[in-house]
Amino acid sequence: MSVDAKSVMEKNVVKNIKSIKINKKSKIEKNENLAGLLFVSPMLIGVGILTLLPIIATFILSFADWNFIMGITQINWVGLDNFKALFENEGFLKSVVNNLLFLLTVPITMIFSLLIAIVIDKHVYMKSYFKVAFFMPYISSIVAIAVVWQVLFNPTNGPINQFLFSIGIENPPTWIADPNFALISVMVIQIWASIGFNMILFLAGLQSIPKELYEAADMDGATAWDKFKNIMLPALSPTTFFLLITGIIGTFKVFDLIAVLTKGGPINSTTMLVWHLYESAFVDLKIGYASAIAVVLFIFVLIITLLQWVGQKKWVNY
Amino acid sequence: MEKKITLRKIIITIIAFVVSIAFLLPFIWMLSTSFKIEADVFKFPVEWIPTRWNGIENFKEVWLGQYPFALYYWNSIKVTVITTAISVTVSAMAAYGFSKVNFPAGKFLFLIVLTTFMVPQQSILIPQFILYRYLGLFDSHFGLILLGSFSVLGTFMLRQFFMGIHSDYIDAAKIDGAGHFRIFWSIALPIVRPAIATYAILRFIWTWNDYQNPLIFLRTDGLYTLQLAMQKFTSLNGEFYSLIMAAAVSAILPLVIVFIIGQKQVIEGIAMGGVKG
Repeated sequence: MSVDAKSVMEKNVVKNIKSIKINKKSKIEKNENLAGLLFVSPMLIGVGILTLLPIIATFILSFADWNFIMGITQINWVGLDNFKALFENEGFLKSVVNNLLFLLTVPITMIFSLLIAIVIDKHVYMKSYFKVAFFMPYISSIVAIAVVWQVLFNPTNGPINQFLFSIGIENPPTWIADPNFALISVMVIQIWASIGFNMILFLAGLQSIPKELYEAADMDGATAWDKFKNIMLPALSPTTFFLLITGIIGTFKVFDLIAVLTKGGPINSTTMLVWHLYESAFVDLKIGYASAIAVVLFIFVLIITLLQWVGQKKWVNY
Repeated sequence: MEKKITLRKIIITIIAFVVSIAFLLPFIWMLSTSFKIEADVFKFPVEWIPTRWNGIENFKEVWLGQYPFALYYWNSIKVTVITTAISVTVSAMAAYGFSKVNFPAGKFLFLIVLTTFMVPQQSILIPQFILYRYLGLFDSHFGLILLGSFSVLGTFMLRQFFMGIHSDYIDAAKIDGAGHFRIFWSIALPIVRPAIATYAILRFIWTWNDYQNPLIFLRTDGLYTLQLAMQKFTSLNGEFYSLIMAAAVSAILPLVIVFIIGQKQVIEGIAMGGVKG
């Protein structure tokens, strides 16, 4: 047998083995494909019908003039009119301003939460009591919380104003009944209710800092402030960034508190994007207009989410 | 030296304790008011321990009165338990599929699911509402349950844990002839059980506290969940603050119990993924 013939034969054998392997492999692949699809299909179908389809519909509806009562054939396409109407609507503009003011709750909540987290991480006994205590508002329903605060804020009889009367303040603000104080009152409740969540995350961040870092700092004679600035803050930067982003997104979604406590009033002083959306869609039945608000909301959240993706890579490093 | 530090710790503990009580005052006020007679509600200085007890009557009125909380409790328990069960199942399956099954479409499909994560739930309420009316799911518990059943967040969370399972376990099972469903059920699930428990508790809390979906997707009084009933009860009993507080206590209590039982899982779960409802 010539060398050539031998090598050809060898090649053929190798080819055969390969093709058998490929056959077997493709069968396994087929099985994997089927199994994979079966496992993920309930989620895909659910998300497809209840999220993807609706978000597309939201964009389409934002170009329409329509309400729930009219049939789908009565739909009237109005181009960008709904978006124009947004910028002429005082309720909408006020909502955007209020949403922006509401952003202040995020850093304030974070500062309080960080302080509490630092104190209960190392400097107290009964650590788990404190965790539960500050976490209580997070597990309580916003409806119950809002109702309790509504009574606490009662202008004449509420415990808060009674206390202010008793220490000699004659004209305390009427809180949620006063257009100048209503938004601040709601913000106070929001901060109070968000501290627990932020604190738990800061605590987790603090606990992940290796003890050796502090010990080394002690040996170098670092002050408490040095340790805070040079060890804690850098180590907590991913947590801080995460809380900032989720906090901001959270403020754009505030609804329960407004719906139960103020219904956007008095005189629109506490209206927010989602409340305005809800009122326009389900009270005024202006579907096209409300969908335009929904698009704006979506875009706000999208921008912040994109910032998060970019920022995470750049900023979070230690 | 040692002693001095301990003393400092005690003082800080006492200060922190006072702060925590001030922080919890709204809850304490709520609890104490729920046991008072109406005339004592706004007495000043506040009677933190009621002098005239009316707790039994208040709670009886809340539970069995015109807006019977007994019914709303049942509605909430039903909706919450079923939503939690379905959501955990669907998320666990998807998480397994996206992490432990090698199929070419997987990555792309996961990307699609990932994209929906940034869609704020409120921006799709209107089409959901129209769709629900069209499909006859509006004003039904079933429809409400479906809305909470497909959690992208749960899928992410559990996927992280499935990815932590070493492939050797799964390959070994495959060589023994086990299919993916066997592997999922008897190998993967038991390993990630703590994560499932965490997610289940969180989903329970979020569903129990949900107000927006019941508000929009339920209309019939008899179907109300606790949160929606709480708000209706408040507008009906506007001036009966002791009753309202008894209702608020009733609305919060089950979660306090769930939280105390699952405290470790809840706190760890939140700390781990930094998840938010």
